[in-house]
Amino acid sequence: MELNAISIGFVVFSIFTLGGGVGVVTTRNLFQGTIWLMVSLFGVAGYFVLLSAPFLAAVQILVYIGAIAILITFAVMLTRSVARIKERYIRILPSFIASLALFLILLLGVTIPIFGAHSPGSIPEYVASTRDLGAALVDENGYVVPFLLASVLLTAAMIGAIFIARDENA
Amino acid sequence: MNVLNEWAFVGLFAVLAPVFPALPIVIAWLFRPRKPNVLKSSTYECGVETIGDTWVQFRVQYYIYGLIFLVFDVEMVFLFPWAVAYNEMSLFGFVAGFLFIFLLTDALFYAWKKNALDWK
Amino acid sequence: MEELCTGLCSVLTETGVELGLAYFLSLLAGVLLVSGVPLLTVIILIWIERKVAARIQDRIGPNRVGPVGLLQTIADMIKLLSKEDITPTAADRVLYNAAPLVSFASVVLLWAVVPFTPFHYGVDLEIGALYFVAIASFGTLAIMAAGWASNNKYALLGAFRVVALLVSYEVPLVFALLVPVMLAGSMSLVDIVNAQSGMWFVVLSPLAFVIFYISSQAETGRAPFDLIEAESELVAGFNIEYSGMKFGMFFAAEFLHVFTNGIIMAILFFGGWMGPLYYESPLVAFAWLGAKGGLIYFTTLWLRNTVPRLRIDQIMAFNWKFLVPLSIANLILISLALKVMQELGIAPRDMLSASFGDLLPATAILLVINGAMILYLLGIMRKRGREARRESRDARAGYPQAAGAARH
Repeated sequence: MELNAISIGFVVFSIFTLGGGVGVVTTRNLFQGTIWLMVSLFGVAGYFVLLSAPFLAAVQILVYIGAIAILITFAVMLTRSVARIKERYIRILPSFIASLALFLILLLGVTIPIFGAHSPGSIPEYVASTRDLGAALVDENGYVVPFLLASVLLTAAMIGAIFIARDENA
Repeated sequence: MNVLNEWAFVGLFAVLAPVFPALPIVIAWLFRPRKPNVLKSSTYECGVETIGDTWVQFRVQYYIYGLIFLVFDVEMVFLFPWAVAYNEMSLFGFVAGFLFIFLLTDALFYAWKKNALDWK
Repeated sequence: MEELCTGLCSVLTETGVELGLAYFLSLLAGVLLVSGVPLLTVIILIWIERKVAARIQDRIGPNRVGPVGLLQTIADMIKLLSKEDITPTAADRVLYNAAPLVSFASVVLLWAVVPFTPFHYGVDLEIGALYFVAIASFGTLAIMAAGWASNNKYALLGAFRVVALLVSYEVPLVFALLVPVMLAGSMSLVDIVNAQSGMWFVVLSPLAFVIFYISSQAETGRAPFDLIEAESELVAGFNIEYSGMKFGMFFAAEFLHVFTNGIIMAILFFGGWMGPLYYESPLVAFAWLGAKGGLIYFTTLWLRNTVPRLRIDQIMAFNWKFLVPLSIANLILISLALKVMQELGIAPRDMLSASFGDLLPATAILLVINGAMILYLLGIMRKRGREARRESRDARAGYPQAAGAARH
């Protein structure tokens, strides 16, 4: 691999992503786990920057660090004394097999072109801007149906969440 | 300017930004007095010993606000590209965005009517 | 990489420095130059903050150290350096120490995208406005981490309240932010300023500015939304266990955040560096930005020292039942009116090339719409205010002693 700014960035963000992941599964403290998860997702945001998709990087930070982290913390504090898990659940073998199987599936999915052939050479030179993204989202020949379905999904998510949370409390 | 070049700047800025507040803290660490004792480093409470676990159960309302915020956060993510493309957009595109916002407003009014927005 | 090497970098390579190193050094110089602005201003800001607060409260304020007390901050820093730094035994040491750093860094990082003049800025990111919102979320996480890591009930409760407040007010903030982005057709802050060469966005959408102003006042945790302090209920809230320089960093971050928001508002709504003769010299452009940002900053201080703190239920109700619906309605109405005008050919589709005259009819119509909305809101507020006054009068009537006390 050629040593340049991009490869250095890739290594740094990989350390963030993988290190954060290791942190999540090793800590027994749920809040620290949340922070580790955010470190990991921050690394993913870095990948987006390296791929010239800064909009997605900002979205990654805005949604995960800005909202999901807060939501997880609120959820943790909703439950009684889960913040510090005292018992140890050591099931190394089953979890090892499960994660290995998942990794193999992901590896196969990436390397074997099930969803059409793709090679590094097929990446277009032109990088779409946020404006192109916005225009495509509401174009009748583009993604307007998924765009509106996303809105319906979000509405349904919010109504469902409120319904469940209120009923428990009532 | 090249896109990655811009982000190299942001990256370096992000590396250096925590160093600026760290410097005075480190300098303070060099100069400050060190006279620790058990009482001083115990958890603050209004004159009495603190009782029980700090991580007590919190009310569900925080979680509901968090959820509503998350839904709006994801909505904003979709609206930013829409707003950027707004000027060149046809009336159809505008109506699509309008519907998108309108559906989410429905959810807000549902939350309002169910008193999910009340702090109690 | 050669084509990236311009300016200072090319000067360095000519004197025989290796290309990679020269590039890094020029980048470093840029970062230090840009970050120098907030770091230097924060020292003055602390003095301004104290002096303004004192004057509003009919006090003199710092006046001993240096001329008119200008060196007071330096003296305070020396004092903070000599303070013992207590870390509670029960605290989570790593997060406890990291929280003030992240809090301050998240504010300094905002300055990377601030366009000081048409040609002087850290970077002109394509997603500048979104960057502003995304970076601010680190500050929220830092407060949460501080409250949690302190392992103190007041700190945790304070942090939870503040975080709930911060995320809630982010919703109207972003809906208001979408208006300048929509008008300029770009998230780049440089583009947003350039698009205001015909007309400042505050004229096109005053309501968006007011919403942005109120929510950013809440985002910085200033009165009437200063739950972040809450001395009387939570003995200072999330930073209760902090002492010495770490405590100082939280406050430096807050002071700087307020001023940064003033600058951001000047950029988004008041045409940034635009002003008479701004093209003559970068210094004039910089002075215009500073003057506008400073003026907005002063009004936030004024507000902070004038209004009392609201209760958390009032703050939340004000946000979710007033500000959020209002910001959504504002976005919908402005975008609808502008789109209709664009289709009819009254309003320009490209703000960048639109002159003052091109924008006049659109501005007039948008102003009428904004005025109608503001009048409608004032009507609602008047009705609510009357109801609230009647309720409190009825409540007092139930307690004769209280009513008597109130009369005296």
